[in-house]
Amino acid sequence: MLCLGIEATAHTVGIGIVEQNNGKCNVLSNVLKIYRPEQGGIHPREAANHHTIYIADLIKESINVANVSFSEIDLISFSKGPGLGPCLRTGATAARALSLTLDKPLIGVNHCVAHLEIGRGTLNDCNDPVLLYTSGANTQVIAFAEGRYRVFGETLDIGIGNCLDKFGRTVGLDFPCGPAIEKLAVNGKKYLDLPYTIKGMDIAFSGLLTAAEQYYRANKSLEDICYSIQETTFAALTEVTERAMAHTEKDEVLLGGGVAANKKLREMVQIMAKERGASFFVPSKDLCIDNGAMIAWLGVLMYNSGIRLKVENSFIDQRFRTDMVDVTWRD
Amino acid sequence: MTKEKIIYQGAEAKICKSKYMDFDVVKKRRIKKSYRIREIDNRLIFYRTKEESKLMTEARKFGVSVPIIFDVDTKNGIITMEFLVGKRIKDILNDLSEKERIRICKMIGESIAKLHNNNIIHGDITTSNMIYQDDRIHFIDFGLGEKNGEIEAKGVDLHVLMEAIESTHSRYSNCFDYVLEGYKNKLKNDGNLVIKKIAEIVKRGRYR
Ligand SMILES: Nc1ncnc2c1ncn2[C@@H]1O[C@H](COP(=O)(O)OP(=O)(O)O)[C@@H](O)[C@H]1O
Ligand SMILES: [Mg+2]
Repeated sequence: MLCLGIEATAHTVGIGIVEQNNGKCNVLSNVLKIYRPEQGGIHPREAANHHTIYIADLIKESINVANVSFSEIDLISFSKGPGLGPCLRTGATAARALSLTLDKPLIGVNHCVAHLEIGRGTLNDCNDPVLLYTSGANTQVIAFAEGRYRVFGETLDIGIGNCLDKFGRTVGLDFPCGPAIEKLAVNGKKYLDLPYTIKGMDIAFSGLLTAAEQYYRANKSLEDICYSIQETTFAALTEVTERAMAHTEKDEVLLGGGVAANKKLREMVQIMAKERGASFFVPSKDLCIDNGAMIAWLGVLMYNSGIRLKVENSFIDQRFRTDMVDVTWRD
Repeated sequence: MTKEKIIYQGAEAKICKSKYMDFDVVKKRRIKKSYRIREIDNRLIFYRTKEESKLMTEARKFGVSVPIIFDVDTKNGIITMEFLVGKRIKDILNDLSEKERIRICKMIGESIAKLHNNNIIHGDITTSNMIYQDDRIHFIDFGLGEKNGEIEAKGVDLHVLMEAIESTHSRYSNCFDYVLEGYKNKLKNDGNLVIKKIAEIVKRGRYR
C-alpha cells in the first residue's frame, strides 16, 4: 500500500510517500519547505500563504522522487492537528482535493502521535518507547498507557525550541538559533546558575530564559551562557523523561522533534537510558523534524486497522489532544 | 549494623528500609546522575533534600499527615523518615467502591487545601506520593516543592494531579472533580480562582 502524507501544522509544509513492508515503514520520498519569518515569531496567515505557494510543487516533487505515478497512490493522509488553524486548513484542503481527484480514501491524523509512530515504524526493536518530543512549540513526554497515547509531561509555558530561539534572537543569532547555540556551547567552560523548573513531570523554561538574558546584559561570556542553557534545559528534559519511564515501567526511549538533532541532548538521554538499562532510539533527522512521511505512515496504520474518514467529515482540530486518539492499531 | 533493603528504586532516589533506634524507617537517598554536570547534580541533590525535609516538617505543623523525619543529611542527599505501613493511593484507588473512592478523593482535596492554605506547594502530587494509613492521607516526596502563595503555583500543583489521574486512573477520571470539591471546601481563599487557573494552564500546554 502506498500512502501520500501532507504535513502543515506550523512552519513546515511537507509531503512524504511511504509504503508498508513487513509491518515496517519504507520511506520513498520526503520533501519539505520551511517558512522562516524575517523577524519575530510565526504569523499563522503568512505561514499558510507560504504553504499554499509551495504545496502543489512539493506534491509533484514527492511523486517524482518516489518514482511512482499518482494512480499508484492508495491513500491520502493529512495532519488534522494540533497546530495553527490557517496552516492546518491549507494542508487539509490540498488533501481533500487530491483524494477527490484521484478517487482515493482520505485520513486525518494526530501530528504528535505521528512523531512517535515513525520511530516505531522505521527503527528496529523500537516497540513501546517513551517519546521525548522537543520542537519549537511542543515539548511533551508521550507514552502508550491504558489503550492510548498519553502525555505524561509537557511544558507549562514555552517549548524548548522557542526558548532557544527567543534567547538567540535577543543576542542576535541567526534563526533557527538552536544550532548556533549548540556550537557556542561547545566552547563554554563555566557553569552559570540557571533556574531548573520541574513540577511533577512538567517543565517550565521562561524563568531560565529571563535569567539567561540577564547574564547576557551583564556581559557574561555568550559561550558560557549557551553552555549553561543547554546543560540546564537538557538535564531537566532528560529528568522528566526518566521520571516518565520509571512511572510507566518502560525500557525504551525515543527522541523526536527538531531539537532531537542536538548532539548534547542526544548524549544526555543516551546516558540516562544506559544507566537504566534501557534502549535509546532516534530516527534519522528528516524524520525527526516535522515531515510528511510520518503523517503518511500513521495514515497507513490507521487505515489498515479499519478507520475510515468521509471527506465531508475531514475537519481539522487545532487543539487535537494526543489522548483523544483511539489507538486501534496496537495493543 | 542493621541491614538495609532497597524497597523501591525510582528515577531520582533509592528507598531503603532500615532501623533507627527502635523505629522502622526508610532512608531516601538521591542518586547522582551522570548525564548532568556536577554543578547541577550537586545543587539539585542538596536543594531537594533540604526542601523536602523542610516542607514535610512544616506540613506536619499545619495538620497534614506526613512521615516523621528522624534525620537529614543534605551532603549525601539522605532523608531518614518514619516507615509508613499503609498502601499507596495509586495501588488502591481503582479497586475501591464508588462511594469509598469519592470519600478518599475528597479527603485528598482537603489535605491539599491545608497545604495550600499555608502556601506549601508540593510539586509532585500524584497518587504514588500519597499513602493511605489509619484512614488518613499521608503525603511524601516533597522534593520538587516550594513555599509559594501565588494562585499560579497552586494551579500548577493541582494540574500535576489532574494529569496523573487522567493517565493512571483514566477509567475514573471524575476522581479529580471530587478532589476539587474537597479542596474548595477546605481552602480559605476562593478555590474557584485556583480552579480557573487550572483551566488556563491546560490551554497553554498540550492543547496548543
Ligand atoms: N516513608 C515511607 N514509608 C513507606 N514507603 C515509602 C516512604 N517513602 C517512600 N516510600 C515508597 O517509596 C516510593 C518512592 O518514594 P518517593 O519519596 O516518592 O521517591 P521518588 O522521588 O522516587 O518517587 C513511594 O512511592 C513509596 O512506595
Ligand atoms: Mg514519588
